[in-house]
Amino acid sequence: MTDVKKVLATFLVNGEPHEVAFAPHKTLLEVLREEMNLTGTKHGCELGECGACTVQVDGTPILSCLSLAVDAVGKDVRTVEGLAKGSELTPLQHCFADLGAAQCGYCTPGVLMAADALLSCNKSPTRDEIKQALAGNLCRCTGYLKIFEAVELAAARMRGEKAQPSKESIHGS
Amino acid sequence: MVLDDPSARSPQAKSDAPWHHDAKKEDLKHIGKPIRKVDARSKVSGLTKFADDLSMPRMLHMKLLRSTRAHAEIVSIDTAKAAALPGVKGVLTGKDMPIPFGILPVSQDEHALCQDLVRFVGDPVVAIAATEEEAAWDACRLVDVQYRERRTIGGVHEAADHPEPRLHDYGVRGNIHRLENLEFGDLAAGFQKAEHVREDTFFFEGNTHLPMEQHATLAHFDKDGKLTVWSSTQTPHYLHRALARVLAPLPAHHIRVVAIQNGGGFGGKSDPFNHEICAAKMSMLTGRPVKIALTREEVFWCHRGRHPVLMRSKVGVTKTGRITALDFHSYLDGGAYGSYGTASTFYTGALQTVTYAVENYHFRGARFFTNKAPCGPKRGHGTPQPRFALEVQLDKIACDLGLDPARIRLDNLAPRDSLTANFLRIGSMGLGTCIEKVVAGSRWKERRGKKERTADGRIRGLGLACSSYLSGAGLPIYWNGLPHSGVQLKLDRSGLVTAFCGSTDIGQGSDSVLGWIIGEVLGIDPLGIKVVTSDTDLTPVDLGSYSSRVTVMTGNAAMQAAERARDILAKGVAEKLGVPANRLVFADEKVFDAEDPKKGMTFQEAVVCTEAKFGTIGTVGSYTPPATAAKFRGGGVGPSPSYSYSAAVVEVEVDPETGVYRVPHVWMAHDIGRALNAAVAMGQIEGSVYMGLGEAMMEEMAYRDRSHKGHRVFVHKIPSLLEYKSPSALEMPTVTTYVVEDPDKNGPFGAKEVGQGPLLPMMPAVANAIFDAVGVRVDEIPCSFEKVFAALQAKDKRYGPSLGADGVPTVDFGDSLKIKTPWQGGDGTAWNEPKREKKAAK
Amino acid sequence: MLRLPTFTYHRPKTAAEAVAICKAHGKEAMYVAGGTDLYPNMKRRHQTPTQVISLQDVPGLHSVDVLPDGRVAIGAMVKLSLLEHHPTLKQHYPAFAHAVREISTPLLRNMGTIGGNLLLDTRCTYYDQTHEWRESIDFCMKTGGDICWVAPGSPRCWAVQSSDSVPIVCAMEAEIELVGSGGTRTIKAGDLYRDDGMQYVTKQPEELLTKLILPAPRGWKASYLKLRRRDTFDFPVLGVGCCVWTDAGGVVTKANIRLGGAGSFAIPAIESEKLLVGKPLTDEGIAAAGTAALKSARTMDNTDLDVYWRKKVAPVYVARALAACR
Repeated sequence: MTDVKKVLATFLVNGEPHEVAFAPHKTLLEVLREEMNLTGTKHGCELGECGACTVQVDGTPILSCLSLAVDAVGKDVRTVEGLAKGSELTPLQHCFADLGAAQCGYCTPGVLMAADALLSCNKSPTRDEIKQALAGNLCRCTGYLKIFEAVELAAARMRGEKAQPSKESIHGS
Repeated sequence: MVLDDPSARSPQAKSDAPWHHDAKKEDLKHIGKPIRKVDARSKVSGLTKFADDLSMPRMLHMKLLRSTRAHAEIVSIDTAKAAALPGVKGVLTGKDMPIPFGILPVSQDEHALCQDLVRFVGDPVVAIAATEEEAAWDACRLVDVQYRERRTIGGVHEAADHPEPRLHDYGVRGNIHRLENLEFGDLAAGFQKAEHVREDTFFFEGNTHLPMEQHATLAHFDKDGKLTVWSSTQTPHYLHRALARVLAPLPAHHIRVVAIQNGGGFGGKSDPFNHEICAAKMSMLTGRPVKIALTREEVFWCHRGRHPVLMRSKVGVTKTGRITALDFHSYLDGGAYGSYGTASTFYTGALQTVTYAVENYHFRGARFFTNKAPCGPKRGHGTPQPRFALEVQLDKIACDLGLDPARIRLDNLAPRDSLTANFLRIGSMGLGTCIEKVVAGSRWKERRGKKERTADGRIRGLGLACSSYLSGAGLPIYWNGLPHSGVQLKLDRSGLVTAFCGSTDIGQGSDSVLGWIIGEVLGIDPLGIKVVTSDTDLTPVDLGSYSSRVTVMTGNAAMQAAERARDILAKGVAEKLGVPANRLVFADEKVFDAEDPKKGMTFQEAVVCTEAKFGTIGTVGSYTPPATAAKFRGGGVGPSPSYSYSAAVVEVEVDPETGVYRVPHVWMAHDIGRALNAAVAMGQIEGSVYMGLGEAMMEEMAYRDRSHKGHRVFVHKIPSLLEYKSPSALEMPTVTTYVVEDPDKNGPFGAKEVGQGPLLPMMPAVANAIFDAVGVRVDEIPCSFEKVFAALQAKDKRYGPSLGADGVPTVDFGDSLKIKTPWQGGDGTAWNEPKREKKAAK
Repeated sequence: MLRLPTFTYHRPKTAAEAVAICKAHGKEAMYVAGGTDLYPNMKRRHQTPTQVISLQDVPGLHSVDVLPDGRVAIGAMVKLSLLEHHPTLKQHYPAFAHAVREISTPLLRNMGTIGGNLLLDTRCTYYDQTHEWRESIDFCMKTGGDICWVAPGSPRCWAVQSSDSVPIVCAMEAEIELVGSGGTRTIKAGDLYRDDGMQYVTKQPEELLTKLILPAPRGWKASYLKLRRRDTFDFPVLGVGCCVWTDAGGVVTKANIRLGGAGSFAIPAIESEKLLVGKPLTDEGIAAAGTAALKSARTMDNTDLDVYWRKKVAPVYVARALAACR
């Protein structure tokens, strides 16, 4: 291990350049977490079976555990840390926080990156389209329902509507 | 420092209702409102740190070499080549940590690394730390372990038939870990009274928690001789105790355990684990910080999930379906170690009586040691398996008698404010309301039994089931007379209130519970309260996040601490304003005179003037559950301050040609006493529906049992996130949730548990719905597609439990402990129990 | 964390260069397209090439082109998510687009390629496991041991064909373009595969799969029906690809039925095919063809779900897939 020659490269992550030396067999997940200290991106299997490591590369949500870091050089990488604009959370993040779409919060970064990518190309996703877009992200806490509702609420607010969560989703029927 | 002035206690605290269960909804400012959780924004920003997100300078990475044999003696271990690999800094074997540990005092049967025996594929044998994780892994491959294989014990039948070789040299005998035999009332008389008797066998396969976060631990033994362990644990206090035991003579007060945010627990992180102790020992050996982050496969080796349970249940009822007698046997496949298994065994017999009045009850439970990853507590701990059996059996009885399955349950409801046959004290009881809600919502009466066809040729069916669960165990895991939960409050002259508590937020929102309750009592914004939790150096003990105990126990401790703080502040303010203390109102960040609201001050000013008068302000609160009514041996498992109730109707659509089915809609009602936060309670209920659906349809801890050239392979079949199936976003049904609030006098503002109970009815409701749709019974969980298909093909339209095809294991349970029921004039003791020696003092 | 072993990473700029590198390193070398199959296998150490050759910079592999004769050529490196949404494919090859959409998850389809899916390693619950797990069973023959745990008496490996695209492209009689050191050749998709869990493709190791060529969308109708536990993530435990050619009168002139997930290659349901030819696709004909498929399915106990059940429901799935070809 120790004799593997590292490569030096500059990554564009969340709009900022990061110059990093890393072994060429390292995945994007490892380099983000261990070389750049961007630990917001999680891992649950490292085999592409859970979606916890989802990041966006050139706007497309992908599994960072199955991507080589060297292949991300020169591309636009976006992680959960890059969602908020300054100190202001995005509507999607606000809705996740307010509705309880994050319970333990471990799958949340991956879910957010997949949902954010959906909303960037579909302003009014149906419930089914949301389910399909999140069909690669496992969550063991929420039963997904608060996640779906948060994406719907965020989409409405991003369309400029003064949307509120339904009474049933907060207080039950 | 002013601490706990008893004379200053509020009048309410002395009343019969110290926890304000009778508070009117409209009088509550924060309780019940959908306030976001205290840590919600960090979690959606990637800022929440989990154990594997931590790193320290000079940190080493540790890997465990695990057994490749299911059951074998360790003949020799040669680590020389591994130790010589560049980058390797430390190697540990079993002889470095000879002291056993375990979560329960009665089963201290685990070692941080195996001593002379390995008991399942995955049992840890050697720990190696290196500068990089890859080097540690490579080094593990260089270790030479020689094994002498022993006969594998693969399940309950094999364990019963083969007392030798024993996995452990303790337990009842052979490979029987526990035997319980409790008889309440007169069973023979009960069956004599019965007009209809059914006897059925059920099997519930084991399944696992599958938290998204793999367990991880960082340990640092510093140069001052102090050890700090950051770990994904639900029970920092018990980990602290286990570390102190194994690492002796290191004093307990030199050990600090920080339960860092858990990425999901569900019971899977509530034992002290071998990897946690190894990391600590490795840091002591190397003098450097040591981290271990388990792989997904290793999480399956940690397991402690749902026990596989084979059950034999005989129920007697009257013509109208009233239960006169219940004779219940459970056979638990415990896996390789004790874990919580003693409690799990009792739990398979404890809560049947809490939903329905059972006049006479005989429970026999046996737990066996087998060469599998150890079983323990998973959401619902020991109660989902018997609940499945009971709820399916009731459905069958309703069918036999031509009764509505909803009616038979309503007619059997255990009464509120009563003692059950096994001396569990029921307080508030909203199950009737729960049943009525889901029956109305699902249009049960109109739609049941109609066998409607969907557009794609599937047949619809509805199934109903109920459940109950504890609001925390009434007794601690180790015998002591100490509080179960403690809270300290620090009031700063800036107006900041900081709450210190040992409770552990595993995503359920327990940190937020502290804020809501304290905020309500002190009239301040819950999101402005600082919460410091789960750090054994800083926070008073809370026993941990298990058995749904935190809302009630931590909540009550927080309420006591907050009321004491309010009383001290009231004294200070009263003097300053010249108003009687009992006229002061704490609300909207202010303290003011109820009769003249203009007369008052801000909360911060109140803290300042009180501090000026009394000095630094701090208060404490603690909680100990009420004494249990059960005095017989084994009566310690089951009592709780209160019980939650759930009822579910599940709709299925079954493909009659293949047995494939889907669940489009679930109606779930959950009596939680009072919702401390509506949105968070909803999330817990929906999460339970999800996890129950997974157990009903697909989740199982399947094992490969093969032989080749005299070598038996016995290993978990599918230890991965892909092949251990859990429902995705696409399987999740629409859920109509009813939050039923029947406040209980033992909970903070009347709250009971939320989040375990609603898992339980899912499995029987799915099975009952399949019967309603296509007329077949699957008496086994998971109720997977192929079993529905097999039942459709079978002559008797039934898929009998695969494990019970040859009957239940032959076990001599010995004489039962005989306990008179409350209605027989019983006092909670067993009349034939030999006098027990007083061990309490030890 | 599971991590990749060390390897040398190549990013050749031409197909010829890729082939040359692969040939030079022999068994030590493997191509990588999307990496969603190879990298998990490498992390579990059951494929351990020391030379990994990425095809991302090889020109000509990244587009979908309608050929003058109406056929459609798909470059091997085209992402699965592009194919599932491709207007031409959705319109003229809906069964193929559907099969692609059935692969794994949306995240994985954003990375995985059609070339990679066509060459997906055969799968087995004794094989797709970590090094440590396989060590506990003394390894199977596909990873250096001497036994097939699925059928211990068998001299061969029974790992399962698990690609969703393979049964449908074989049924459609699509073509595959291969580039080797001797030049370019085109073969029928069905000829790329063979009935062996280990040597499951017929191409030379260094031959590069460059294109999938779908037949012109005339005179036939295809369908793909997948059986699995969950509607995402899971590989097929049965994947029925059907293609039926009919004449102007609706009489079947040719029928191809391929069973994926039921053996080491996409098994042709020959008896079923025979029953269909020369008749219109009637309910009775479809039912009979379905029943006849029972014998063709050679399910083994090395995937999810019960082995006997998978075989018993194969007739139902074949019949339903055929009905979708009407």
